[in-house]
Amino acid sequence: MCGIAGYFNLQASPEPSLSLLERMIWSLRHRGPDGFGFFQNEQVGLAHARLSIIDLEGGWQPICNEEKTIWVIFNGEIFNYLELREQLIKRGHRFTTNSDTEVLVHLYEEKGENFVEELNGQFAIILYDIRRCSILLARDRMGIRPLFYTFHQGRFFFGSEIKAIFSADATIPRAMNPCALQDIFTFWSPVATETIFQGVSQLLPGHTLKVDRQGIHVQRQYWDIDLHVEESAGSPEELAEELRELLIDAVRLRLRADVPVGAYLSGGLDSSTITSLIRHYTTNPLKTFSVVFEDKVYDERDQQALIVDYLNTDHHQVACNYRTIADAFPKVVYHAELPVLRTAPTPLYLLSGLVRHHGYKVVLTGEGADEILGGYDLFKEAKVRAFISRQPDSSYRAMLLKRLYPYLALSPTRSASYARQFFATDITPDADLFYSHQLRWKNGEFLHRFLADEFIQSNYSPLAAITESFKDKLTDLHYFKRAQYIESRLLLGNYLLSSQGDRMAMAHSVEGRYPFLDHRVVEFAARLPMRLKMKGINEKYLLKRAMSDLLPREILNRTKQPYMAPDILSFFGAHPPDYVEHFLSESALRDSGMFKNDVVLNLVAKCRKKARQGFRENMALVGILSTQILYDLFIANWLVEHPDTLPNTRVIVH
Amino acid sequence: MQAYKDQIRAFIINNFLFDSEENTLENDASFLEQGIIDSTGVLELVEWLEDTFAMKVEDDELIPDNLDSVDQLAQFVARKKT
Repeated sequence: MCGIAGYFNLQASPEPSLSLLERMIWSLRHRGPDGFGFFQNEQVGLAHARLSIIDLEGGWQPICNEEKTIWVIFNGEIFNYLELREQLIKRGHRFTTNSDTEVLVHLYEEKGENFVEELNGQFAIILYDIRRCSILLARDRMGIRPLFYTFHQGRFFFGSEIKAIFSADATIPRAMNPCALQDIFTFWSPVATETIFQGVSQLLPGHTLKVDRQGIHVQRQYWDIDLHVEESAGSPEELAEELRELLIDAVRLRLRADVPVGAYLSGGLDSSTITSLIRHYTTNPLKTFSVVFEDKVYDERDQQALIVDYLNTDHHQVACNYRTIADAFPKVVYHAELPVLRTAPTPLYLLSGLVRHHGYKVVLTGEGADEILGGYDLFKEAKVRAFISRQPDSSYRAMLLKRLYPYLALSPTRSASYARQFFATDITPDADLFYSHQLRWKNGEFLHRFLADEFIQSNYSPLAAITESFKDKLTDLHYFKRAQYIESRLLLGNYLLSSQGDRMAMAHSVEGRYPFLDHRVVEFAARLPMRLKMKGINEKYLLKRAMSDLLPREILNRTKQPYMAPDILSFFGAHPPDYVEHFLSESALRDSGMFKNDVVLNLVAKCRKKARQGFRENMALVGILSTQILYDLFIANWLVEHPDTLPNTRVIVH
Repeated sequence: MQAYKDQIRAFIINNFLFDSEENTLENDASFLEQGIIDSTGVLELVEWLEDTFAMKVEDDELIPDNLDSVDQLAQFVARKKT
């Protein structure tokens, strides 16, 4: 696991010095502190920051083919590299290292651009083909590893994180993207290839992008979650067995590393599943890592203890309270490179610090299970609403809403009538392409109230943008599958795997691996009928069935608890951090120019009076604060660090 | 009645809209349809009504017909206070 960065000249450019590449990769040193490799000629510059996991001695990058005509840098893991390597050797390829990286160049020689389809892994790849005078960017199917790019003065720049691009050249414009902020304040993430910075794009998950002398080509999709496929006909027993076998294999592949591998344990079903499979089907010495919260509302330590005892793991935990969250939050924003509407990434930042402290570089987690196997409350809510909409006058059916959200169930009659209105139960599932998400997004729109008229693009509609981006994928799909697709492509890819996943782990040089996101598991889950994902309102039914003899009953029967961390409470409790007053001051708001000062100040006053607030206030406050911090770090006070000499480097000049 | 309306408007604007431009809220605008109040907001509103007007909101009174706009709220308070 690593960081990658570099550039490709589309026009003849003055010979750039190595220091440009050094600046870029130095900004990513948290991703790969073990060494820096460079390749440079008159056309390209490639830089690689290395975190040694596989082939500790030979895993240097960039790496090339026998003829030195194809060069590659890559961030991530190819889990089936041993199998691929064996096939390639049979076809006459000669390998000079034992690393998974070398498989990429030979596979590209064999298959051309389609080589990505053979890979089982999590990756961002840059392949330089000297004969074709082109580079190819590729990103894994689900978006586990990031890749960003921009075009500036005849040069195409790319990097694992945007900070590498901004470090390359001081003339690269740095400005907040109003449309992306409008998106984030609706969906929690930008739509399509946009990022929060104008002119900087992301390569989409499951896509490749070719750049050559002709220019930057259109991103090409090589894989997508296909929910239109015919549903599996097998019995629940057979399918549960198949799921288990697939997960065992996905776990086994992800334990391939030349360093020890640990696991995150939240206390929920998904991470418990992964931990149990490691315990039962591999010989990995099992270390587990958890977050515990001082505030009982967020804490799951009892459930964690249960599974630790059951599986007898060597367990470690990091304690979070309002203060530790507030202290770490600016660093979290620096690493996330995106406004966040919750502090929830922060405990994961602290958790990766704990993992690193124990000398571990790799952890397996349960991420992805909720999306592909139907775990979210949002899916349940859509199902209940759809059920009510068939008989809108039934008061019995409306009572089901209270089972979903206990806070509505203050008394039998108390909110049945409100609940029906809140959940728009008179709308039928097929009347709205975004049936499952519309209510959540409407809530998000509340946040637009805080955006300055002078800053936003008033003719831009986030809803129109997302419709354009998703409609072809969602048409003719059942509402439950539509919900799954949106969740997997929007929130999972752009928030959970990035702001909360890759960035928080890599901030401490820790690599997350996700067995549920093995594409074979994702494809299997896509074929499952809804009743096996959510039976009644019993979420992830098939997974519970598959794991029935490998987990304690309390974990299997536990209703899913959404992962959350204290938001406003962290910033306006007993010990408010100094920076909150600064970033939310009238002058700081005026300088950034993104928000309506008086509206924000009214919200701040409300939070000061009482730190325990509703969902919307929490989202608004954290969203505004993180946007202000982001502006300060990346726009107003951007700082490029460059040491006199980089430690442990290898340079190839061609 | 006008006094109730002014008080209610001020509360809604300060607490849910955070806006100082008071003209953005119509007295007959539906809180639910316009997304002014969410589910936790209803509880906040009821708490405020009970504290401010020294009255008790019964379970069966907790319906949008009573609570969903400035006008409806003012009428509801006026009915309760007579």
